[in-house]
Amino acid sequence: MQTDDMTDIATLQSELTKGIEAAETLDALEALRISALGKQGSVSGLLKTMGAMSPDERQVQGPIINGLRETVTAALAAKKAALETAVLNQRLATERHDMTLPAPETPRGTVHPVSQVMDELAEIFADMGFAVAEGPEIEDQWHNFTALNMPETHPARAMHDTFYMAAADGEEAKVLRTHTSPVQIRTMTSQEPPIRIIAPGRVYRSDSDATHTPMFHQIEGLVIDKGIHLGHLKWTLETFLKAFFERDDLTIRLRPSYFPFTEPSAEVDVSFSVENGKRVLGGTGGWMELLGSGMVHPKVISACGLDPDVYQGFAFGVGVDRLAMLKYGMDDLRAFFDGDLRWLKHYGFGALDVPTLSGGVGA
Amino acid sequence: MKFSLSWLKEHLETDADIHTVADRLNQIGLEVEGIENPADKLSAFRIARVLTAAPHPQADKLQVLSVDAGGEPLQVVCGAPNARAGMLGVFGPAGAVVPSNGMVLKVAAIRGVESNGMMCSIAELELGDDHDGIIELPADAPLGQVYAEWAGLDDAVIDVSITPNRQDCMGVRGIARDLAAAGLGTLMPLAEVYRMTSLVPVGGSDPAPDVRTDDAAGCPAFYAQAVSGVTNDAAPEWMTSKLKAIGQNPISALVDITNFISIDLGRPLHVYDRAKLSGPLVARKAHDGEQVLALNGKTYTLDSSMTVIADDAMVHDIGGIMGGEHSGVSETTTDVLIECAYFDPEHIARTGQKLALTSDARQRFERGVDPTFLDDGLAIATRLVVDHCGGTTSAVVRSGTPPVAPRNISYDTSHCLRLGGINVAPETQRKILESLGFAVTPDWQVTPPSWRRDVEGGADLVEEVVRIVGLDHVPSTPLPRDAGVAKPTATPMQKIERKVRRSAAARGLNEAINWSFIPQKEADAFGVLRQALDERFWVVANPISDDMKVMRPSLLPGLLSAARRNMDRGADSVRLFEIGRRYLADAEKLTASLVLAGEKQSRDWATGKAIKFDAFDAKAEAMALLAAAGVAVDTLMVMGEAGEHYHPGQSGTLRMGPKNTLAAFGALHPATAKAFDLDGTVMVAEIYLDAIPAKKSSGFMRPAFTPPALQAVTRDFAFLVAADLPGADLVRAIKGCDKTNIFAVRLFDRFAGQGVPDGQVSLAVEVTLQPTEKSYSEDELKAISDAVISAAAKLGAALRG
Repeated sequence: MQTDDMTDIATLQSELTKGIEAAETLDALEALRISALGKQGSVSGLLKTMGAMSPDERQVQGPIINGLRETVTAALAAKKAALETAVLNQRLATERHDMTLPAPETPRGTVHPVSQVMDELAEIFADMGFAVAEGPEIEDQWHNFTALNMPETHPARAMHDTFYMAAADGEEAKVLRTHTSPVQIRTMTSQEPPIRIIAPGRVYRSDSDATHTPMFHQIEGLVIDKGIHLGHLKWTLETFLKAFFERDDLTIRLRPSYFPFTEPSAEVDVSFSVENGKRVLGGTGGWMELLGSGMVHPKVISACGLDPDVYQGFAFGVGVDRLAMLKYGMDDLRAFFDGDLRWLKHYGFGALDVPTLSGGVGA
Repeated sequence: MKFSLSWLKEHLETDADIHTVADRLNQIGLEVEGIENPADKLSAFRIARVLTAAPHPQADKLQVLSVDAGGEPLQVVCGAPNARAGMLGVFGPAGAVVPSNGMVLKVAAIRGVESNGMMCSIAELELGDDHDGIIELPADAPLGQVYAEWAGLDDAVIDVSITPNRQDCMGVRGIARDLAAAGLGTLMPLAEVYRMTSLVPVGGSDPAPDVRTDDAAGCPAFYAQAVSGVTNDAAPEWMTSKLKAIGQNPISALVDITNFISIDLGRPLHVYDRAKLSGPLVARKAHDGEQVLALNGKTYTLDSSMTVIADDAMVHDIGGIMGGEHSGVSETTTDVLIECAYFDPEHIARTGQKLALTSDARQRFERGVDPTFLDDGLAIATRLVVDHCGGTTSAVVRSGTPPVAPRNISYDTSHCLRLGGINVAPETQRKILESLGFAVTPDWQVTPPSWRRDVEGGADLVEEVVRIVGLDHVPSTPLPRDAGVAKPTATPMQKIERKVRRSAAARGLNEAINWSFIPQKEADAFGVLRQALDERFWVVANPISDDMKVMRPSLLPGLLSAARRNMDRGADSVRLFEIGRRYLADAEKLTASLVLAGEKQSRDWATGKAIKFDAFDAKAEAMALLAAAGVAVDTLMVMGEAGEHYHPGQSGTLRMGPKNTLAAFGALHPATAKAFDLDGTVMVAEIYLDAIPAKKSSGFMRPAFTPPALQAVTRDFAFLVAADLPGADLVRAIKGCDKTNIFAVRLFDRFAGQGVPDGQVSLAVEVTLQPTEKSYSEDELKAISDAVISAAAKLGAALRG
C-alpha cells in the first residue's frame, strides 16, 4: 500500500511537471496550477490526507507529499517566469526603433578664441601674482600719449595711426586708445606700488590690410616695485611664454629697441620651428618678433606721481589675436571679427574648456 | 634706412661680412629689416663679346649675333640698334632669369632663327631705366667674368629700421659708430672718409650771400655759402654707384651731393639756383595762405606756424621738409647757394603733420640733427661741389646760433645693475660710453655727444651700456613670489563676465567679436536709449570708412549684421552672442547681447517641421545669463519699454525694482530687421552687466538648510481673468497670499476660446504647498485654497467651475 502510494505520488509529480513544462501560455499554466494546487487540486488533495494519518505514517508520507508540493510550485514559478520572458520578448520585438536615426540636436555653443586666450593669460599671470586691470577705450590724449612720454610733436605719436573722436570746439579730442598702455597710467595713478597687473582689451589703429585690422586686442603687463630690473622682465616673459605655449624648448631673444615710455626698451623675439609646414613656437628654427617691452621710463613714473628714484619696473605689450593665431593656427586676422559661424565653431572653444593650471591652460 | 656694405666700410674699418654686420646691428638695437644683394639675381649674367653681327633674314629690326661669353660662340638674336661686332656687353644664357620681368631665358627660335640667350640692357638687369640699347662695356672688361662681380655690384644692401630716438643713425656714419662701439671695427676719421685734409670751412673770396633767419624758434641757425660758375653734370661714379645701390636714381651732381650727405651723415642740405632768387634769402614764418610748389610737384598752402625760406618774391623752401620747384637746380644752373640750417624738431614735426608731407629731410630734422655739425656739413658740401662742379666759393655766412646745450648727467655705475639687471664693470661702462662719443669725467659726470638728443638721464646711459654689452647677457631673474598658493585676482565683474560668457556658450550660443564702430545709419536705428543722458554717440572724426564711424551704443547692430552675413551664407540657424562695451556719452558699459535668428530646431524625422525662435527663447536666454551673473531672477519684475528696436507687443525688460533695468529681450521690431536686411523674425536680448548691483560678500557659508521631512502637496487652480492681465501678476498675488505654506506657484496653462468668454483667458496654476511640522488636514487645505482664490479675486480672477 505504502509502495503503491509512493508510486502514485511519483507518477503524479512526473505528470504534473511534464504538464507544466509543456504549458504554452500563462493561462494554460494557471489552469495547471489550479488543478494541482487549487482547493480541489490533486496535490492539495494529498496534503489534506495527511491530517488523517498516524504519526508514523505522517513521518514517512509528510516529506514526500510536501516534496511534491515544493517541486510543483517551483516548476510552476520557473515556467511562469519563462513564459513571461517570452511574452515580453515578443512585445519588445515589435517595439524596435531604427537607432541609426539621428538623436535630437542640441546646439553647440563656443567661446571666441580671443576670450579663451585672455582667460588663459589671466590664469597664467594670476599664478605670478598679476591682477587684471581695465581702462576706457575712448581715452584722453594725456593718458594715451602725453603721460607715456609722447608729447604732441613726438614722431612716435604720428606713427600711431590714431582714431580721433569728434569734439566740440575748444575741447581736446579724445582718441580711441592706440595701445593698452594708458591702463599703466591709470593703474599707477590710482594704486600704490607694489603693482603687478595685466591689462587686456581692444585697441585701435587706423590701419587696414591683410594683416592689420582697425581694431585688435592687446595685453599689457606692468610691474612697479622697488628693485625690479630688466632681468625680472626677461624671466617674466620667458615664464609666461613657456606656460602659454606649453613648450619648454621655447627661448626668447631681447633686442634693444625704442618706445617712448620705456628705457631701456627691448623688442622680444621668440624661437620657432617648422612642424608639418607650419610655424610652431619653440625649438630652434628661427626667431619671430612677438612683443615690445622695457623698463618703465622715469618720466612715466614721475607723470603718475611716483618717485622714479624709489620705484621702477617693467612693462610689456603683446597682441592677443596674434598669440591666438600662433598657438591655435588661424592665419587670417580679419576672420576674428567676421562672426562667421563656421569659423567660430571650428576655432572656438567649448564652454567647459576653462583654462586651469592643473588641467593646462591650452585647450 | 638703406646702405650697402661697401658704403658702411667707408666709415668702418672691418673685415666683418654682411651677416656678422646684420647680427650685430640687431643686437645693438638697429633692426635689420632686410638684406639684399643685387649680385644674387645677376649671377648668371656674364661679360661677352659680340663676334659678328648679321641682319636677321626674316626681320628688319633684328640682328643675328655670334657671341663669345668665354666658351663656344653662341648664336643670339638681338633687337638692340647698338649691337655690333666687336663690342663688349652683358650676356644672359639660357636658364638665366631676367630681373626686370622674371622671364626665364630659353633656347628658342625667334622668327625662325635659333637664339641661345640674350644680350641685356640696363633696364632688363634692373640697374637703371636705360632701355634704348644693350649695355656697352669698356674694352678692358674681362670676357667671361660674372658681370656683377666686375661691376662691383656684389655689395649687399642692408635695410635698417631706425627708431625715432636715433637721429644719429639716420646717417651711415652713425651706424658705423655704433658698430665700432660694439666691437665690430674702427671708426675712420671723417676727413679721411671724404679724402679731405681737414674739415675747416672752405674759404672764399666772393662776397657772402645775403641770408638770415628771422625765425629763431623755427630756424635757430641758417648757415650758407655760395659757389659761382659751377657745371652741374653727373656726380662722380663712386657717389652715384652708392646711391644707385640703395635705389636712388642719380639726378645731377648738385642734387646727388645733397642726397649723399643726407644719407651718409644724416645731414640734410638744400641747394638753390641763385639765378632764381631775388633779394635776401630769409628764414621766416609763412604768411597764412601763402603757397609753394614743392619739388614733389604738389602745391602746399602754408600757415603762420610754419617756417619757410623765402626771398623778396616767394617761398623757396618749406623749411627743413622740402624745397621749392622754382629755385631748384637744373643742368643749366651756374651759381648756387648751399643752405645748411638747423630746424627745430618740434616745428618740423608739427608742420609735417599738418601738411601730411614726409621727406628724408623731415625724418632727420624731426629727430633732431647734430647742432654742432653745421660748419662741418657745409664744408663737406662745398668741397664736394667745388671738386665735382667747379666754381669759386664765397665766404661762409652764419645767421643765428644752433642750440648747442651740453647736458651733464651724474651717473652712478651701479644704476646698470639696479635697472639693467646686469653687473658691468665701471671701466667697461666707461669704454662703451666713450666709444659712442660720450665724454666721461673721472668722477662720472657724463656729457652725451651733440648727436644724441635722446639721452637725458641715467636710465638712458644704462640702456647704452646694456645694449652694447648685449641683452643676451642679462641674467633671467625670477620675480619675488608670495609664499603659498597664488591668490585669486579676478574682480567681481570679471567673474561675472566669465560666467556669463561660458553659460552662453553652454547654452549653445556662439561668441562673436564685432567691430566697436558701426555705420551711422545703424546707430540711428538704435538711437532711442533708455536714459536721456545716454543719447549722445561717440563719433570717429577720421574713420577708415563711413561704415566704421560711430562707436556702438548697442551691441545689437554688430550682431544683427553678423547674423545677416551668416544667413546670406546659408546658415539656417543663428545663435550669436557678444560680450563687450557699448559706448555711451557718460561711460563705456559692459554688456552681453545675443541674437537668435532662423530655426530654433531644424526639421527632423520625429517632429516634422522646423521650429522657429520666439520671444520667449530670448527671455529664457536673458534670464539664464542673468542667473549666471548671480542675479536672483525669481525676484525680477518683467516690464515693458524694451526700446524702439523691439516689437512693442513681444518684448520686455527685466528689472530689479522698477527703475533698474538689467536686461531687455524680445522680438526685433520688423522695421529694424528690415534695416538690417534680415528676413523672418529675429529674437534679441541685451543684458546690461554694468547694471547688476555688486553683491555683498558673505563668505563661503550657505544659509542652513535641511530638506523638509514631509511630502509637498500640489493643488491646481484655473481662473478666468481679463485677457490683458499679466500672468505674472496672478502668480505673484497667489504666491504672496500665504508665504508660510505656499512654496511655489507655476503657471502651466493659458487658454482662450471655447468655453472662455470673449475678452478673458483661462489661466491655470499649480500651487505647491510645503507642510513643515505635520501633514495638512482637510480644513487647513481648504483654508489655503480659499486664500488663493480670494487673492486671485482681487485681480478680477474667477475660479473656473
